[in-house]
Amino acid sequence: MGRFLIRRLLGLIVALAVASVVIFLCLEVVPGDPAAYMLGVNARPDTLAALRAELGLDGSAVQRYFDWIGGMLRGDFGISYTYRTPVSGMIVDRMWVSLPLALYALGLSVAIAFPAGIWAASRRGSAADLGVMGVTQLGVAVPNFWFAMLMVLLFAIKLRWFPSGGFAGWDEGLFAGLKSLTLPAIALALPQASILTRVMRSSLLDTLGEDYIRTARAKGVSRRRAIWAHGLRNALIPVLTIIGLQFSFLLAGAIIIENVFYLPGLGRLVFQAISSRDLIVVESVVLLLVFAVIAVNFAVDMAYGLVDPRLRGRR
Amino acid sequence: MFSKWMSRATLGALTLAATMGIASAKSTITVGMQLEPPHLDPTSAAAGAIDSVLYANVFEGLTRFGPDGSVNPGLAESWEISEDGLTYTFKLREGVKFHDGTDMNAEDVKFSLDRARAEDSVNAQKALFEGIKDIEVVDPLTVKVTLSKPNGSFLFNMAWGDAVIVAPESIDGIKEKPVGTGAFVFESWLQGDRIELAKNAEYWGEPAKLEHVTFKFISDPTAAFASVMAEDVDVFTAFPAPENLPQFEADPRFQVLVGSTEGETILSTNNKMPPFDNVKVREALAHAIDRQAIIDGAMFGYGTPIGTHFAPHNPDYVDLTGMNAYDPEKAKALLAEAGYPDGFKTTLKLPPPSYARRGGEIIAAQLAAVGIEAEITNMEWGLWLELVFSNKDYGLTIVSHTEPMDIGIYARPDYYFQYDSAEAQGLMAKLSETTDPAARSGILKEMQELIAKDYVNGYLFQLAALTVAKAGVQGLWANAPTQATDLTAVSWVD
Repeated sequence: MGRFLIRRLLGLIVALAVASVVIFLCLEVVPGDPAAYMLGVNARPDTLAALRAELGLDGSAVQRYFDWIGGMLRGDFGISYTYRTPVSGMIVDRMWVSLPLALYALGLSVAIAFPAGIWAASRRGSAADLGVMGVTQLGVAVPNFWFAMLMVLLFAIKLRWFPSGGFAGWDEGLFAGLKSLTLPAIALALPQASILTRVMRSSLLDTLGEDYIRTARAKGVSRRRAIWAHGLRNALIPVLTIIGLQFSFLLAGAIIIENVFYLPGLGRLVFQAISSRDLIVVESVVLLLVFAVIAVNFAVDMAYGLVDPRLRGRR
Repeated sequence: MFSKWMSRATLGALTLAATMGIASAKSTITVGMQLEPPHLDPTSAAAGAIDSVLYANVFEGLTRFGPDGSVNPGLAESWEISEDGLTYTFKLREGVKFHDGTDMNAEDVKFSLDRARAEDSVNAQKALFEGIKDIEVVDPLTVKVTLSKPNGSFLFNMAWGDAVIVAPESIDGIKEKPVGTGAFVFESWLQGDRIELAKNAEYWGEPAKLEHVTFKFISDPTAAFASVMAEDVDVFTAFPAPENLPQFEADPRFQVLVGSTEGETILSTNNKMPPFDNVKVREALAHAIDRQAIIDGAMFGYGTPIGTHFAPHNPDYVDLTGMNAYDPEKAKALLAEAGYPDGFKTTLKLPPPSYARRGGEIIAAQLAAVGIEAEITNMEWGLWLELVFSNKDYGLTIVSHTEPMDIGIYARPDYYFQYDSAEAQGLMAKLSETTDPAARSGILKEMQELIAKDYVNGYLFQLAALTVAKAGVQGLWANAPTQATDLTAVSWVD
């Protein structure tokens, strides 16, 4: 286990180093000057030069790369070019929206997918199974931003149960915060829950076809008990993989939903930063997301071992 | 026990009544807008969103713009201009305090102007302060500004958001915690979501009628529509989806204000790039474009056709739309005369706003009808600024010039459309030295005619100011003479 950990940790560091170079180079070749963006069309050349110097943009690319990485290693993410506040603070603020939103959506996705998948698998071929398969097919196909707009029309404009968007802030209380995240979380969860339901169902069906289940059934174990006691745990491996992928996606990929609901999350921060050429923010957030994805995969690997003792030995 | 419950119930009822009492005389407002300020210092960025939140509300200058674009006294209650037009002596208002409690006096004025014109200044409109030679503090309430040469637009320049008065004590934190002299005090900023202002109880002038203001930033046009329909915002300024306005107009819950802006939307033409260096080709462009079709198609009818680079609501405006009347046959003839009987190929690079993206598609189709093939490229602002604006690597582009009274850009040969005319440069030099209003008006008219005659750019339309508000909101500006949301006179109808 120890050697395995060290190997994974080294892999993680190499992946981050490669990612940082790629991110930096990508943004370096994209034309666009943050100072020109800030000062607009009437700026004079000397003003632009003054701002570039103030932002530290006048150094060479290599020097700026090492300044950035050096800062990151010390926990200093730098100062945003446009907002002029520390990037770390901005990321933490946005995390307080993005992380709860991702967890909320993932929670909903799991809460829907587990019962629906198990139900469909245990009644394979029945009307219920077909119904679940049909609905999830639709859930995968419907674009979530469109579904989000429909929900806004119904729940915000017509019924007034939820705000049309925006984030109340956790200072307003847990309930107000959750309320403003509910519609976005449902919109995000819909396709995820559909995918997860289908994975849950097919994985459970596969497991139920295994010899040990047949043996258990032959020994007189009821179908229900066979599913709950023997089938479910073994069916969880592919489900966990998908949950891990979904969590990374929800954390990084909620840009469109954040725009539809104008939520101050990480996705919108990156979006705004790209258009305003706030390169340091883009670089830092993207690198952080890369780190998050790698970390989640790592956690999923660990979880495999928990559900399936056989996998522990292989390490 | 019973009495305790009783008193609680009474208390509850009283609280409820009090809350309802507040609700009936509503004193808070939520204003939606598309763009969020990058930071909160209007004197060090071009972003109009900073002024949209803070101008007149939190920060004030020596002079200030009125709703009609006129220049009125601001922190200076009066001024005297010397005979030679070189010295401006400003008399400041008494008893003006910054929001941190310090006095606003002549030292602050000197500090603000010196900071804006300093060598290392990052003021986006540094040209506004160009002619200032010296600033002298005469006494705490008198400040004397000496110019190197007469400047007829000096008072106008001092009304810009980039020329507001700031204090040396609070300048370090201005980007996050702006401290001004206005009728509202900055309260908080939840980045990515909202900025909150509260009434300034110590305000020197007419106090604000609202107790509390929230600005919410909603960039997506569909979300903007939903936020108004769900009544999550009370006002939406510069409403981004003109196609939805008829729906609001038909709904008794809302009012729609249609005003004018300083935004001349033009088909900018690279005057140094062949074939646009030929005035006949540029004239052909002007006749190939059907302005009304663009306004109807891209802006759903909101906008005024223009024939030169000047705001139609300005008293000095000359209507020259006749010079570029839609006439594709004439355009073809002009192209043939210029040596392009079969037309030519060029680029049309479009920044993000919908007037450019939607208008660009229509213009490309109209140009195709006379044989000009314009290849459309969509780009973000950052890219546009670098490729089009700085490197001048473009044939045509569409952009709205939103700065007020910006006809002076035609006297800058290195400006991105590269119009190099000694006549235009001479006129603008003369204008800045002229202080007599009648003479200034004459020069401005002459200038408008000159750039129309030279067909420098394709003049399309004046951008409309579109505001949607709840029916009960009064005192909003319909026009946008500068990028501001002046809420100092806004209130709810009882």
